Amino acid sequence: MLARTVEVTKRFGDTLALDHVSLDIPEGGVVGLLGPNGAGKSTLLSLFVGLRRPTSGTVELLGGDPRDPASRRRIGVTPQETSLPGTLRVRECVAFVAAHHPDPVPVGELLERFGLADLAKRQTGGLSGGQRRRLAVALAFAGRPKLVFLDEPTTGLDVQARRALWDTVREFATENTVVLTSHYLEEIEALADRVVVLGDGRILADDTVAAIRGMVGIHRVSLVVDDLPALNGVVSVEHADGRTSLLTPDADELVRELIHKDVQFHGLQVQPTTLEEAFLTLTGK
Amino acid sequence: MSLVLTHTRYRIIETVRIPVAVLGGAFFPAASMLFFVVPFAGDDPVGATYATASMVMFAVMTSSLFTYGVGVADDRAQPWSTYVRTLPAGPGAAFTGRILTGLTMMGISLVPVVIIGWLFTAATATPLQLLLALGVVVLGALPFTFMGLAIGYWLPTKAALAVAQITFFPLAFGGGLLSAPGDAPGFVEAIAPYLPTRGAVELVWAAVGDFRVSATSMIALVAWTVAMAALAAWAYHRDEGERFS
Repeated sequence: MLARTVEVTKRFGDTLALDHVSLDIPEGGVVGLLGPNGAGKSTLLSLFVGLRRPTSGTVELLGGDPRDPASRRRIGVTPQETSLPGTLRVRECVAFVAAHHPDPVPVGELLERFGLADLAKRQTGGLSGGQRRRLAVALAFAGRPKLVFLDEPTTGLDVQARRALWDTVREFATENTVVLTSHYLEEIEALADRVVVLGDGRILADDTVAAIRGMVGIHRVSLVVDDLPALNGVVSVEHADGRTSLLTPDADELVRELIHKDVQFHGLQVQPTTLEEAFLTLTGK
Repeated sequence: MSLVLTHTRYRIIETVRIPVAVLGGAFFPAASMLFFVVPFAGDDPVGATYATASMVMFAVMTSSLFTYGVGVADDRAQPWSTYVRTLPAGPGAAFTGRILTGLTMMGISLVPVVIIGWLFTAATATPLQLLLALGVVVLGALPFTFMGLAIGYWLPTKAALAVAQITFFPLAFGGGLLSAPGDAPGFVEAIAPYLPTRGAVELVWAAVGDFRVSATSMIALVAWTVAMAALAAWAYHRDEGERFS
């Protein structure tokens, strides 16, 4: 077992950020932490990396207390890429982080593997968003970690840059265990073996990617309609800007039903829901 | 220890990569020397020596208030400082690195003052006096270092900047840094002994000249140092509780 929480609760004033969360992270593979904003992902991560302490329950990291710096020698964390010290050069930034670890990857080798070798002498303030993101992820791997925490590693990247970074993470994930948080189901699908879904500070699901995908495969069928009869398989109905949105697990069946019942509609659109919508629906909010 | 040096080294690199920030810290005391000390007290060895000592304390005070006040407040707003806390090191390395960097920057801001005093005024000091002065400058910097840390850990950046700006001038003027010993306006002479600037500059005056420090100023200096240290500790723990508990 690399890390775990046992019955962990975390309160901020009156807000309950985590509610009796027990989670095991065994060695090997990529664990995806999924959930809408405010679900407790960041709080859970901050407990694992020793930034905060739980209100009750225990957190273990590599056999010790994450608040003890010694327990953090073999973990890696991504900084927010917008906050890299702008006047430091790429090489200096990596060397600074490496200096904290007992047996770091040589700076040149790490830069090479993350495709940053050509940028070694550039100040981080002058990098593009994608390059900075690469550097942020590289920093997490600087100390030959057993366990890596990647917090929203590709948010804000274009598709090409995102896929390139996924390839690198996948390559490293064969040697390390990775905990990954993301808004994107696609990202979790691309990288994770196991998915843990958080909502309102609780673990809603903990399963394989395929099983979770089935659970959140909800579509949004949006149309302009005056008069809507009762329909089967609709999880929720929303009205906004003159349009009606129906959330359903089976969009094809719903559209057939609309036609079959001779509903007068126009401007039909079918979209996959975001995870956030799907989970808000599934958790009954 | 090596981690403290690592933190100090990278913080100094970060700072000197913005040369205008370094120049800015050294500019005000150097300009004050050129405009106020050189023309008015430049020819009188005793007066010039005291005035140069005052400007040294002035530089120390502004450097401490701004480096720590604004620097700490700014760092607290940066997610990078949160990331650094996840590295396998206690908070002590980063903190000590910050203080060592502050002392280095303070030293840099003093260089032009001392050089101008040496080249363009009649100010004199023996090497032993200079060494003694260096020691008491570090001692006199303590209350302002704590004051800066208190401001930085307590307030957000914009407020910290404003408070540092509002604080430094009354402290300098009220403490008699802008006039020769015994030569300040009456009300300044009356309040000066109760301000930390006065006690600090009296120590420097005594180190480089024939000045006898007053008991009131010394007691006030100690009281300010203790009070500011307590305020800084309170602000630090408050920040720890907010961001890291």
